[in-house]
Amino acid sequence: MENRKVVLEIKNLHVHFITDSETVKAVNGVDMVLHEGECLGLVGETGAGKTTTALSIMQLVPDPPGVIVDGEICFRGKNIIYNTDSENRNMRGNGISMIFQDPMTALNPIMTVGSQLSEVIIQHRKVSRKQAKEMAVQLMELVGVKADRYDDYPHQFSGGMKQRVVIAMALLCRPEILIADEPTTALDVTIQAQVIEIIRDLIEQFHMSMILISHDLGVVAETCDQVAIMYAGEIVEAGHIREVYQHALHPYTVGLFSSIPRLDDDSEKLIPIEGQIPNSAAPPEGCKFHPRCKHCQEVCRLQPPPVQREGEHIYRCHFKLF
Amino acid sequence: MEKLIELQDIKKYFVVPNGLLHAVDGINLSIEKGETLGIVGESGCGKSTLGRVMLRLHEPTSGHILYDGMDITTFRKDEMVRMRRYMQIIFQDPYASLNPRFTVAQIIREPLRLHKLCASPAEETERVEALMEMVGLSKRAYNAYPHEFDGGRRQRIVIARALAINPQFIVCDEPVSALDVSVQAQIINLMMELQEKLGLTYLFISHDLSVVKYISDNIGVMYLGQMIEKASKRAIFQRPLHPYTIALLSAIPSLDVERKKKKIILKGEITSPINPPAGCRFAMRCAFAREECFARDPELCEAEPGHYVACHRHREIMSGDLTYPS
Repeated sequence: MENRKVVLEIKNLHVHFITDSETVKAVNGVDMVLHEGECLGLVGETGAGKTTTALSIMQLVPDPPGVIVDGEICFRGKNIIYNTDSENRNMRGNGISMIFQDPMTALNPIMTVGSQLSEVIIQHRKVSRKQAKEMAVQLMELVGVKADRYDDYPHQFSGGMKQRVVIAMALLCRPEILIADEPTTALDVTIQAQVIEIIRDLIEQFHMSMILISHDLGVVAETCDQVAIMYAGEIVEAGHIREVYQHALHPYTVGLFSSIPRLDDDSEKLIPIEGQIPNSAAPPEGCKFHPRCKHCQEVCRLQPPPVQREGEHIYRCHFKLF
Repeated sequence: MEKLIELQDIKKYFVVPNGLLHAVDGINLSIEKGETLGIVGESGCGKSTLGRVMLRLHEPTSGHILYDGMDITTFRKDEMVRMRRYMQIIFQDPYASLNPRFTVAQIIREPLRLHKLCASPAEETERVEALMEMVGLSKRAYNAYPHEFDGGRRQRIVIARALAINPQFIVCDEPVSALDVSVQAQIINLMMELQEKLGLTYLFISHDLSVVKYISDNIGVMYLGQMIEKASKRAIFQRPLHPYTIALLSAIPSLDVERKKKKIILKGEITSPINPPAGCRFAMRCAFAREECFARDPELCEAEPGHYVACHRHREIMSGDLTYPS
């Protein structure tokens, strides 16, 4: 297990959004390792810092107001935080690609889908227009978009079809890592099933690694090998998906599972996590989850919990509750 | 049990540049007092239009709506305004459905004033405070504005506003879809508690089958403006009979990491509701479609007691002769 090749490593990443009135601490000390061929699920609720983590990897954190204040992101053995703009441009698409949540806004409405796709190839590869078109068409067919739609505009596509085009665009230059930020959230379930299947097939075919960002624990269960649960800018629990789903050790993860209505279970009452997600401009002292935690003790209010390990399964809690 | 609301062959067509959009196409249903009917379906299947037509927020193209035995489709505008005391709606987006320039108290007070339900300002204040407590909003929120709240608490304000005039029937149009899961569970529990306490009747519209399963007594599945299957919650989940329902249920991602369930991946996407062709609306995507499915529209018929399905081949599906390949 240990000699799997590491493709991406994040160490102690801190990202803040600094405005005149306040400093929002979006990501607070995230550590993450992505191995070759692995699919990592990043789960958390709105404002947990999932997308900011992803944007940091892409070097796309809007600056100002966003600043990576501390930490390292190592890709191909190099800390990319100090990349120049042209190094970043070369890395994006070629090395790391990203699919965004909303396929409606990810495409340029006044360019045909085909010209948007071949533009990507021309930017990154030394090929002729004709060759670029051939490559684009080939990938369109791979994701299930017919070649005769090459000259259509985005508005002529349905949501599911647009997301396929976006996936094709992300994969044109065969990146090593694909970051998918809620790729199916805007889609209906039957279409979601189609898109997940395409993503899974392509990951395998192209030997890519993937970070899948989602708030849907079901989608992650079906797609990923590893999972990391984020809360208030921290990874509170991470490990192999089987470990985390079957023996969750952090009270937030446990609460998350019991608040989801399940199809395979006839329980009568959901158990919500009381309270609200903390304001990241003024996060609570100590453990960030303590105001909502049923098991909160004095120490939780005062000290941030250490990272505890059980093999590859890690969690951030003062106690071993479960 | 007594029927509270009944729809008889309700149709709602919209005129669009290239034809008639059949948003709701011949729906019959009834909801009993204190019951929750869940409506599921994918985007564009007409579930929201159905909810709005029930309150006559959209005028139905044809058909009748009976509320407590009265045909409200014939009501004049002023009569309808009075009827709305009994029928309310909760929308999906708690960010868009609250006036940003009103305080919480003003928002909740508005329907009380419109329907002239309180004799004095003191009584109004008392009622508003009681409603806020009922939905779990603290007293401090009284003079706050909607932007000061997150989605979950905004949805609580929306619920308090809907309950202000003591309605009997509430159309809930995706009330928890915009919320995070931990907050979603809070709101679902709140809605179920209120239903029990106040004897409310819900039409609960959602695309999320697990939420609908949780809150509903009966479930209707819609596809392109038509009801294609309708039964008790138990029957829909244990023994779905329509090929679309079967595929829909199989497509929901499961949390079980040990046992990956077999998914039925449907071909293609929902077809256009504009001038739909004759025959079954689902036939284009259906693995079991044969000639008659393209020729004739199947009727919603009772396959088992209380279990309705609109499919030409439901008998074969029931007997197990027709199954999706595994």
